[in-house]
Amino acid sequence: MIRDITIGQYYQTESVMHRLDPRVKLLGTLLFIIALFSYKNPLGYALGIVFLFAVIKLSRVPVKFITKGLKGIVIILLMTVLINLFLTPGTTAVAIGKLTITYEGLAAALGMMIRLILLIMGSSIVTLTTTPNNLTDGLEKGLGFLKVFKVPVGDVAMMMSIALRFIPILLEETDRIMKAQLARGADFESGNLVKKAKSLVPVLVPLFVSAFRRAGDLAMAMEARCYRGGDGRTKMKPLVYKKRDAFGYLILFSFVGISIFLGRWHVISDFFNSLYVNYILK
Amino acid sequence: MPLILDHISQIYNADTEHPVKALDDVSLVIPEGQFIGVIGHTGSGKSTLMQHLNGLMKPTSGKIFFNGQDIDDKDFSKKELRKHVGLVFQYPEHQLFETDVFADVCFGPKNMGMSKKETELAAFDALRKVAFPEDLYYASVFELSGGQKRRAAIAGVLAMKPDFLILDEPTAGLDPVGRYEILDMVAGLHKESGITIILVSHSMEDVAMYVERVVVMDHGKVAFDDTPREVFSHSNELEEMGLAIPEPSKITRKLIELGIDADPGVLTATEAADSIYAALMKNK
Repeated sequence: MIRDITIGQYYQTESVMHRLDPRVKLLGTLLFIIALFSYKNPLGYALGIVFLFAVIKLSRVPVKFITKGLKGIVIILLMTVLINLFLTPGTTAVAIGKLTITYEGLAAALGMMIRLILLIMGSSIVTLTTTPNNLTDGLEKGLGFLKVFKVPVGDVAMMMSIALRFIPILLEETDRIMKAQLARGADFESGNLVKKAKSLVPVLVPLFVSAFRRAGDLAMAMEARCYRGGDGRTKMKPLVYKKRDAFGYLILFSFVGISIFLGRWHVISDFFNSLYVNYILK
Repeated sequence: MPLILDHISQIYNADTEHPVKALDDVSLVIPEGQFIGVIGHTGSGKSTLMQHLNGLMKPTSGKIFFNGQDIDDKDFSKKELRKHVGLVFQYPEHQLFETDVFADVCFGPKNMGMSKKETELAAFDALRKVAFPEDLYYASVFELSGGQKRRAAIAGVLAMKPDFLILDEPTAGLDPVGRYEILDMVAGLHKESGITIILVSHSMEDVAMYVERVVVMDHGKVAFDDTPREVFSHSNELEEMGLAIPEPSKITRKLIELGIDADPGVLTATEAADSIYAALMKNK
């Protein structure tokens, strides 16, 4: 049951995307999201979809594996679509009682849905193709400039990598404790909300105990290896930009430039608008 | 009411590039009243197998029958199965959660729908069976020593009055004294109440002294399923699987290679001593 959760999961395989510098991937995600929210016409979305699938193809992660992560946001997705669908003012397409669906709402809902799906899939590519260690290294170096403002970037990065490392451990632990309590006849599924919440006590108490125990052990182990904060620590494998990373940045910036330009270009927008006015409205 | 495993296979991560075959076509019959040892290297599939016996996982293929009923059948109650088949997980003390030991032991029988009185009687009975110190019945679980916690956790499963008791590495992380205390306690349970016991371990020595049947798991398959004497006579194959045969068997085996006419099937130190002594006297 717990095994289905894929947040922050890493997919082990060999690909260009896996070898790419984490900084390129992190900035890439940010730019991809900015581009997504700048689109004003269908051509932009089409470009976004094509780009995303090209990246997925390059990463050699099965599409099925990525879409699994969408299950978790189905409710948010549905709400966004429904709100956009019913609450956007414009020309009425269908009226159901007091609720009206407008053409504008239809377009807005569709656009928002595509945006959210692309957003989740795009950002999950980063974690799927980057080991947690690499990811924090990338963040530490990428955000290194914040040191000027006295932000303890190194410590924050260490905390992040520990937190990420603990996700699978705690998931496994939860799975184990749940099974142990199931074996003692616990029931997590039946009953109302209050009963269900109460039935989690036998899982949460041992889970917290074990989390504290693990944290204590880890702190002791770090202390024993003379960890004393992030400043001045050296790396066994420092991040160095390679040729492919420069290439990656080039592709990235050209994609963002082109897709923002085309996705917002008024000539194209006007063309789609005229199509809409001439064919759909009439 | 035997437990029957019929061609069970379990594959993890089936949809990725690295599927893991945890169990590969395992068939076993576990009749009532036996004391069975399951041994295997880490990752040989023994823990997965035990979870199947408790209906905690659905096999990728194959069927499990309890009392003649398929346990994955829609109208079969998993709770009923868990009442009859008690599973004590590895490091079971990590599952304790109540404010005191007694309340924790009551958790299982309460879930099984026993009345308050029955529950308390069952809990007392279980704590007594595992020889848990009486003055600690109402102590907080965090005040106990490692061995005491483990006894309390085993009592928590025993209180459900199962017909089958599965113990997954019950001695892991205990010192030698604690280890034999637990194993003797388990052997006592088998002798006194006659319940079926499945003892999972990676230590041959633990298993050899107590059980009447040994199942050896290797790479998700059943490699051997026989009496300890018969299984440990395959010392070379066992060593290839990364399993060390009991020390006394090893020594007599070496002596036999050196031409001393000892019994190749010895399991315990006493048996080995007797056999070597007899062989030496014969040569005199």
